[in-house]
Amino acid sequence: MKIVESWLREWVDPDLETAALAHELTMLGLEVDGISIEGTNLNGVVVAEVVAVSKHPNADRLSVCRVSTGGKKTIEVVCGAPNVKEGMKSPLAVSGITLPNGVQLRKTEIRGVTSNGMLCSAIELGLGDESDGIIALADDAPVGMTLAEYLQLPDAAINLDLTPNRGDCFSVLGIAREVAAKTGCALKSADVVPVDSSIEDILPVEIPLPEGCPSFAGRLIRNIDPAAKSPLWMVERLRRAGLRGISPVVDITNYVMLELGQPLHAYDGDLVQGAIRPRLANKGEKVTLLDEKEVTVNTDTLVIADDSGAIGLAGIMGGLGTAVTDQTKDVFFEAAFWPQDFMTGKARSYGMHTDASLRFERGVDPQGQARAVERATELLLQISGGEAGPMVHHISQENLPVAKTIHLRRARIANLLGVELDDQLIAGILSQLGLDISSVDDGWDAVPPSYRFDLATEVDLIEEIVRIHGYDEVPEKTEVAESPLQIVTESAVDLERVSDTLIARDYDEAITYSFIDSTADTAFSGSESELALSNPISSEMSVMRSSLLPGLVSAVASNVSRQRERVRLFEIGKSFHGSSAEPMEVVRLAAVACGPALPEQWGSRAQVVDFFDIKSDVEAILELSGNEGDFEYVAATHPALQPGQTANVIGGETVIGVIGKLHPRVARLLELKRDAFVFELDAAKALASAAPIAKPVSKFPAIRRDIAVIVDDKISAEQLVKTAVSAAPDLITDVRIFDIYKGPGIEARLKSVAIGLILQETSRTLTDDDADAAQAAAVQKLRDEFDAELRD
Amino acid sequence: MQALSELVEAAASEIDSASDLAALDAVRVSYLGKKGELTARLKSLSQLPAKERPAAGQEINKAKQEVQGWINERREVLESAALEDKLSRDAVDVTLPGRGYSVGGRHPVSRSMARIERIFRNAGFGVRSGPEIEDDFHNFTALNFPPDHPARAMHDTFFFPDGKLLRTHTSPVQIRSMVKEGAPIRIIAPGRVYRCDSDQTHTPMFHQVEGLVVDRGIGFAHLKAVLHQFVEAFFERKTELRFRPSYFPFTEPSAEVDVLWEEGKWLEILGCGMVHPNVLEAADVDPEEFTGYAFGMGIERLAMLRYRVDDLRTFFDNDMRFLRQFR
Repeated sequence: MKIVESWLREWVDPDLETAALAHELTMLGLEVDGISIEGTNLNGVVVAEVVAVSKHPNADRLSVCRVSTGGKKTIEVVCGAPNVKEGMKSPLAVSGITLPNGVQLRKTEIRGVTSNGMLCSAIELGLGDESDGIIALADDAPVGMTLAEYLQLPDAAINLDLTPNRGDCFSVLGIAREVAAKTGCALKSADVVPVDSSIEDILPVEIPLPEGCPSFAGRLIRNIDPAAKSPLWMVERLRRAGLRGISPVVDITNYVMLELGQPLHAYDGDLVQGAIRPRLANKGEKVTLLDEKEVTVNTDTLVIADDSGAIGLAGIMGGLGTAVTDQTKDVFFEAAFWPQDFMTGKARSYGMHTDASLRFERGVDPQGQARAVERATELLLQISGGEAGPMVHHISQENLPVAKTIHLRRARIANLLGVELDDQLIAGILSQLGLDISSVDDGWDAVPPSYRFDLATEVDLIEEIVRIHGYDEVPEKTEVAESPLQIVTESAVDLERVSDTLIARDYDEAITYSFIDSTADTAFSGSESELALSNPISSEMSVMRSSLLPGLVSAVASNVSRQRERVRLFEIGKSFHGSSAEPMEVVRLAAVACGPALPEQWGSRAQVVDFFDIKSDVEAILELSGNEGDFEYVAATHPALQPGQTANVIGGETVIGVIGKLHPRVARLLELKRDAFVFELDAAKALASAAPIAKPVSKFPAIRRDIAVIVDDKISAEQLVKTAVSAAPDLITDVRIFDIYKGPGIEARLKSVAIGLILQETSRTLTDDDADAAQAAAVQKLRDEFDAELRD
Repeated sequence: MQALSELVEAAASEIDSASDLAALDAVRVSYLGKKGELTARLKSLSQLPAKERPAAGQEINKAKQEVQGWINERREVLESAALEDKLSRDAVDVTLPGRGYSVGGRHPVSRSMARIERIFRNAGFGVRSGPEIEDDFHNFTALNFPPDHPARAMHDTFFFPDGKLLRTHTSPVQIRSMVKEGAPIRIIAPGRVYRCDSDQTHTPMFHQVEGLVVDRGIGFAHLKAVLHQFVEAFFERKTELRFRPSYFPFTEPSAEVDVLWEEGKWLEILGCGMVHPNVLEAADVDPEEFTGYAFGMGIERLAMLRYRVDDLRTFFDNDMRFLRQFR
């Protein structure tokens, strides 16, 4: 909300510069979002009186005017505005100055007549973006006074970012109260002198639903002058506050709303049929609003109706049919209290957001309706004349909010703030905020004013006290807490270690979005996601990922498209499964590698990353748990991976992850133009660990025996290793596969596998006979199991 | 016959001029070998009268030893020269790059998160987490958001068709942890959060760290101290902080905290406050016995300031050229 400084200072005028005032507002919790200074560069513009107007001798549309700025001498200027007339007061810019719109004013000859200055329009002075001629100042504008002084310029429009609990601050009055409480400066009284009625006419009002309209103030004013114009001071204030001047009646409702915080609506009294009745909308009821849009109103929404049906949305926008026009002579002002319960979310449900709906949703003063109507009446009579009927005010006391007494304990304040405050200080702040307080044994009883409906509990008051006292005034105190030492567990590998391991293996850590494209998700899960968002940002971010891989592959693809040859990314994050009714969130770690296995280097063979490069990364992670022997790799299929180059990682008989080559079809879907290898592991399952139990290290030498066997191509390395070890489990401490050969000399569908057996005993040196026996046993076992043939 | 001394002198000169080990060996053979000249002299002793033999023999042996000594010395010289020569031929260009992997980058957000965790762990805070698919109760109702309150609308929530939602802040972990562990409690809860908002300064997903301390006698003064200490620990320098009144449904009093940055500018870095009694009650903690504070901060925001990243969206581009800067 924009607050106009000069307007605010009319209500409370602390001895503070604009910047200091803004700082106080911010420190009150009324955050200043920006300050724009209006009406700078008006030097040399003064209030002038047009004393004589004559037609320009050589131009039909121009006039030659003699204007006075107070001295004896008058100045001759040429003026093209249609509204210039004798006796009017208007701003005059004298030759030699530069106007706010950048125009440099020189003494010039216009069609043979010398012009010594210029009578100015609002546009020329930077005081508006439309005009129908030169500015007409009020008749009592003092001639010769600088325009800046007359219009209280420069002036600051202070933009405030208000928190949703402070509905009472959506007005000059509301902000002024806060400033007064903070600075101790006097606040102008908000009381309005009631305007006497000069006629008896009223518009009948009926309140069939008092809980929806506990307070309704209205007044009929007849015979106003439809041709009257809003005074410049009012239009200027509205403009500085961000509103455009429209007509006196509309401007007055806006002005009073900005000043007092109470939204008003003005009806053309002649167009209302019968009585005004605020009520809930009937089923299917339609109304055409001021913005000329027709809405169908829901039955939970309050409308203003007359005998013909709905004529406006209560607290949101009036209707077109009863709106004031430039013909209107009878005006009916309405100021109502629409309770928040009836207002929250309503405007939004019709795609609307108005100054009125904003205020009613945040809450207005339930005691402010009559005051607003009085103020509007006073202004209308001043500006447009007319005769006011009596004020009609319907109040349903039992439906109006009642300010409750709040018990505030002295000890609680000290406890919650961590600092003891003086009793006088506390009582002073509460009084300044308008609370009615009385001392009791352990503190105070306080009744908040009607406009502070946000204050209901003890802690609300404590916040008020520290807010006005100043958060800066609370000292810092380091707490003394019991803080027993905590277990540092070894039951799982720390994710930090996993990150460090992958980073040490040349992976960059990525963070990708938790929501992804549903096609991409399905490509990896093989099924439609049940975790689609109702209101996604875009279709590419519409379902919760069931795998980290689609996002990572896309990130790799965009790096590749930025000319990165070798890209390796990993991510640790959650994948989402099940349905939103019963969601499951699983922490996973995933990686994608593409391009050369090693960075390009003069001494390394350039080799594209393959299954076994990425498998070694998986092995490295699983080795961190100390349980590497418990994991198996089993050839498998996966919807997004290439058959024949895919394996499930099995741990404890369940699948804990997958490794493989990205299927070219999926790579294409994710716009990756290279081969890529990926893995993804369930972190909890892959990283379960335990404190290692140390085994003695053998002091005796090991013996190595190499054998080469020819077996069926389908026999896996793992099968061979397990079988070989089982021949002499106590002696064979390690098995290394050091060569695989297929080709000439070996029959098709067979392969030769070279295996190194490492034999060692912890208690003695092995003899050759021991080694021979173990080797023979291993060969025999391989022969029995796989029909293996020993190769020489 | 040549005098022995001349012979020795000749040997010395030949040893000196032997340019490699083979030449030196030839010199050795020619003097000390089976048919060498000094060997021959020894053999010819027998021709001398017996009386002269011991003296002459002694002299020849002395000469032999002398020559052998010079040969040894010369051999060492030649051998080390040969080794040096061989080694110099093995010299490499040490400026060529090393072989194998380099080191990857840690994402600046998780790097920051890890530091934040360490700072609070060191002060005795536990680290907790909670689900990202949340329900209305934990994300709003238990945190004292009244139904239809404008503060809910301000959260730009992502919803699922059944009313479940993506948590808009890490604050639901306050409720879950208090319900589970009761009070006193001292925890932080880092994690991903989601808001339906995407422009230059908003990404629909970002990270927060929640902090919660509930104990007997916890006051606003303690909150001020812990956050000031945190900010100075995180930025590794003395920093001025400003606590500004604000509004969050789940804390009261509430504050936004600004840090005094370069050019005297105040930059907002986090929100905090004293835990609202309704929140304690929602988690079955007696607000008369316990008070507490809570805070929530955006990790991207802190990382942007710390590492001078000027565009939030960079964090989710995953451009290697960016990530590699954080090793």
